[in-house]
Amino acid sequence: MNATALSVPVVGLAGASVLHSIFAPGFFTTGPVTAALVIGAVVALVSAPAGVLTVMRSQSFAGHAFSEVTATGGSAAYLAGVAPLLGYVVGSLVGAGAMGGLGVQRARNRDLVAGIVLGATLGLTALLLYLTTVSHSTTGAAVTVLFGSLFSVSSGDWLAAVALGGAALGVVTVTWRPLLLSSVSPELAAARGVRLRLLESAYLASVALSVALAAMTVGAILSTALLIGPAAAALRLAKSPGRACAWAAVIGLVAVWTGIVLAYDSYDWPPAHQGWPVSFFVVFLVLAIYVVAQLFGRAGSRRRPGTGQGGTALSGVGSLRRRGPGRG
Amino acid sequence: MPAIVTALRSLRASQDEAVRLGAGSSSVLSVRGLSVQLGGREVLHDVSFELGAGELTGLIGSNGAGKTTLLRALLGLQAVSAGTVTLSGRRERAAVGYVPQKVGLDPDLPVRARDLVALGIDGQRLGVGLRSAARRERVEALLQSVGASHLADARVGALSGGEQQRVLIAHALASSPKLLLLDEPLANLDLRSTQETVTLLATLARSRGMAVLVATHDINPLLPFMGRVVYLAEGRAASGTTDEVVRSDVLSALYGHHVDVLHAHGRVIVSVSDQHHDGPGQGWGPEPRGEALVGGPGGQEAPGEQQAPEGCDLAPDDCTDDAPQAWQP
Repeated sequence: MNATALSVPVVGLAGASVLHSIFAPGFFTTGPVTAALVIGAVVALVSAPAGVLTVMRSQSFAGHAFSEVTATGGSAAYLAGVAPLLGYVVGSLVGAGAMGGLGVQRARNRDLVAGIVLGATLGLTALLLYLTTVSHSTTGAAVTVLFGSLFSVSSGDWLAAVALGGAALGVVTVTWRPLLLSSVSPELAAARGVRLRLLESAYLASVALSVALAAMTVGAILSTALLIGPAAAALRLAKSPGRACAWAAVIGLVAVWTGIVLAYDSYDWPPAHQGWPVSFFVVFLVLAIYVVAQLFGRAGSRRRPGTGQGGTALSGVGSLRRRGPGRG
Repeated sequence: MPAIVTALRSLRASQDEAVRLGAGSSSVLSVRGLSVQLGGREVLHDVSFELGAGELTGLIGSNGAGKTTLLRALLGLQAVSAGTVTLSGRRERAAVGYVPQKVGLDPDLPVRARDLVALGIDGQRLGVGLRSAARRERVEALLQSVGASHLADARVGALSGGEQQRVLIAHALASSPKLLLLDEPLANLDLRSTQETVTLLATLARSRGMAVLVATHDINPLLPFMGRVVYLAEGRAASGTTDEVVRSDVLSALYGHHVDVLHAHGRVIVSVSDQHHDGPGQGWGPEPRGEALVGGPGGQEAPGEQQAPEGCDLAPDDCTDDAPQAWQP
């Protein structure tokens, strides 16, 4: 896989000595690492179909707004002293409901509504984090909520994560065909009797759960990157929607797991020998994979098999014209 | 006795006779007294017609005449204020296939022609849909029936307009419909693709014993293949054979003012003059523009219809009621 090979130059950049100790001592026997690997896998698998659909429906900005609401939920959970995952899930589901109700599914005001929700919730997050800092005299909450801290996930949390991930995956699986059809064309779906509004709710719920789970991994702010990035790269590489989901899952898994390995290794790194944030590695790996997919991906999206019928000069010109901008 | 066809309310003494089909053709769809209101305005009024099995019927009307609204009403996507739509035989939704006007397929989506056609077979069902050899064969047969086998693995968004149209028709055929509705399938197609598409539709209608209703603002490409026509204007409809409907007296009655029907080199030019400005010679005002049908007065643009009428690209001001006044000498 080119995705796996990619981690080699990244590791190389960090220092040749790291190559000799990619898996630092104790990596596989440390409890938090095991939990992180499990949650990372769940997040990658759940985010794949939700992300592919989000990119296909051009709703990545709405997905981004979800992450802001998720941050609000997470910071509220810290203030209340309950499990952050609960806050993430409640926050993103409330966001999904609000945006569904405000008409986020209509393309015209979609970005507008998402933008308004985003601004308001970020402000609220700031207030909640301020209150947390003041009342609990801790400063870690902000970093954890916004940028994640995968190694501090409790065992109860990861069981809940697996359950929620299963639910989100279940919703997408059950509604996959009509979701796909309505992503291609709402008109075609409506003509077949698909209930678009109900379907949109199912889709928003599954994205909300995916974002909430991703927030545990890379933090609320970066959760969209994990939702959108692997999916966008996958859509570039795959030739059918189903395969795009498989690609997105693999890319997400490689990014998260490699990120965990690097973050664990980074406890030996300067400046403080405290470990670099997991989210930094994960998000940059996603970006790197996306760039590679853009460069070497299926430019064949515009390629088509030779016209079987009537190879006239006219059709030749047509395919030349189509090929031209496709390569650019 | 030839079927007397007219949309004139005053002449519609016998509605049954007015919408009767030609001899020998069994009715697939029967529309009686259909009226549709959009935003408090009656977009369609007392529309009646029938569609016969194996027939290609043109749904002719200028932009905003209510073609899309009528198709959506036939699909059950648009509530009607009066009238009935009766489909013979199977009553489920799958019995009607639909090719919308603008599908807007994104070239970056990894959806191949075969994926879109497969979604036509079972896209409305829950679950992921397991692949099977039978399903694959059915998709390939459908693509073959529209002459698009060679496009099976191409991304639909990357296909040309005519090729996309074929794939969308295959998608619509996947549910084995008895009635196929197409909304402006010929818009933005070049001459060759237009002829190929119309020929394909006529062939499919005959071979599948299916009624095909093609909405278009230009009647001419359909003329060689069209058995019957449903002509929409001013929210009303006239239906019958082309010779019965596309006549000066029938269309004048439909529009409510004088309409000329000119025949030239096998083409029909329907010239609708604005009732406020009798007589020709208005320059490029609301006067005939070749084969384009110029809508009558009264701002018949229906909400929800595609805006941007084709006839108005040269002189956008023509699209409003009062603008032509500016061009009066």
